[in-house]
Amino acid sequence: MDVQEHAKHLLESAAVKVVIGYGLGTRGARRPVFVRNPGQVAKLVVDAACVQNLATYLTRREVKAMGRVALVARPTTLRALLQLMAERQVKDADVVALALDERGQVTPLESAQALEEYLAQQSRALAPADRELLARLDGMSRQERWDFWQGELARCMKCYACRNSCPMCYCGHCTMDCNRPQWVPVPSHALGNLEYHMVRAMHLAGRCVACGDCGRACPVGIPIHLLTFHAEARVQAHFGQSAGLSAKLDYALSTFRPDDKETFIR
Amino acid sequence: MAAPFEPKITAFVCNWCTYAGADLTGTSRIKYQANVRMLRLPCTGRIDFMLLAKAFARGSDGIIISGCHPNDCHYTSGNYHARRRWMVYRDLMDFMGIDTRRITFSWVSAAEGAKWAELVNEVTTGIRALGPYAEYQALATTGVE
Repeated sequence: MDVQEHAKHLLESAAVKVVIGYGLGTRGARRPVFVRNPGQVAKLVVDAACVQNLATYLTRREVKAMGRVALVARPTTLRALLQLMAERQVKDADVVALALDERGQVTPLESAQALEEYLAQQSRALAPADRELLARLDGMSRQERWDFWQGELARCMKCYACRNSCPMCYCGHCTMDCNRPQWVPVPSHALGNLEYHMVRAMHLAGRCVACGDCGRACPVGIPIHLLTFHAEARVQAHFGQSAGLSAKLDYALSTFRPDDKETFIR
Repeated sequence: MAAPFEPKITAFVCNWCTYAGADLTGTSRIKYQANVRMLRLPCTGRIDFMLLAKAFARGSDGIIISGCHPNDCHYTSGNYHARRRWMVYRDLMDFMGIDTRRITFSWVSAAEGAKWAELVNEVTTGIRALGPYAEYQALATTGVE
């Protein structure tokens, strides 16, 4: 069965109230579509251009109000879904995932356990371009990295598209919007941009599922997803914990081990 | 002739160990360099990572973070949580090109007055050699109307 048949079946049997998937957008882009009527499943498409992490919609109040959801999901979307379950933002029973693999095969996954088992079979390798840039940054001196990020962040205009596209950035009242006291400067000057991206990366350390949607959402093409990828990779290296592989909460920064090893505390 | 560079060092310390340790340094009449400004917080677990960024932006050339030794936290586990946070944050700062040589983490207990004096002296000498952190401090004025 393809994604349209699955969607039709789920909607007709009233197993779900809405199917969140990809549809045709303008200029060859794909956009999210919300199908609530079985007659409209023809809107759903699946191809290589369908990359957005649709899990970001699950925590929106208006989407929650729709009822049980079927979500067309890439492996990183499934990880986001599991992480949202672990953080108790989404209930297992409220979502059916229509998992997509590289060949466009659709597998319906009805439970957190099924998600975990499916994900265990999937590769978690980063995209080659991201791996390359991370390796290039690793090879740089500290000064070169500073110049690289200052150059990149200079283009940031604090549109917060990265925050809004992120499935893990669901706080109702984001620390960026706190102005009593003003924790992070609002204007997109050098200091405000650096502090914003620092906070974003730290708040996602141990929670980032490496979908890269923040980088794709960036209208000026800053590779900001590398900041969260890096923080996540360090969490994995230090503590052996990864986000979005289990519906059981395992957040590295809210736990500890007495024998955590560091090399820099005197 | 311009006055020689005197670094400004901000120390974020916990109330129960390092602050008491620094107190002991004083009552023991041990002298140490006067470049450090101490900020007392309840626990190292309370030190938000952004406080470090704020300290640099407001003119610190160096930072000391110090609290109770592992297993000695007044709140049982604050320093363990802090340690994890610093492990990740320090790597992130390095990745963003921030000079992590300017940040010193240490455990100083309430009995280690001498260690505190030694630590401050070492850090002050180190930062004096590195010079002012002009690169970061310049951010605070760049592009601000």
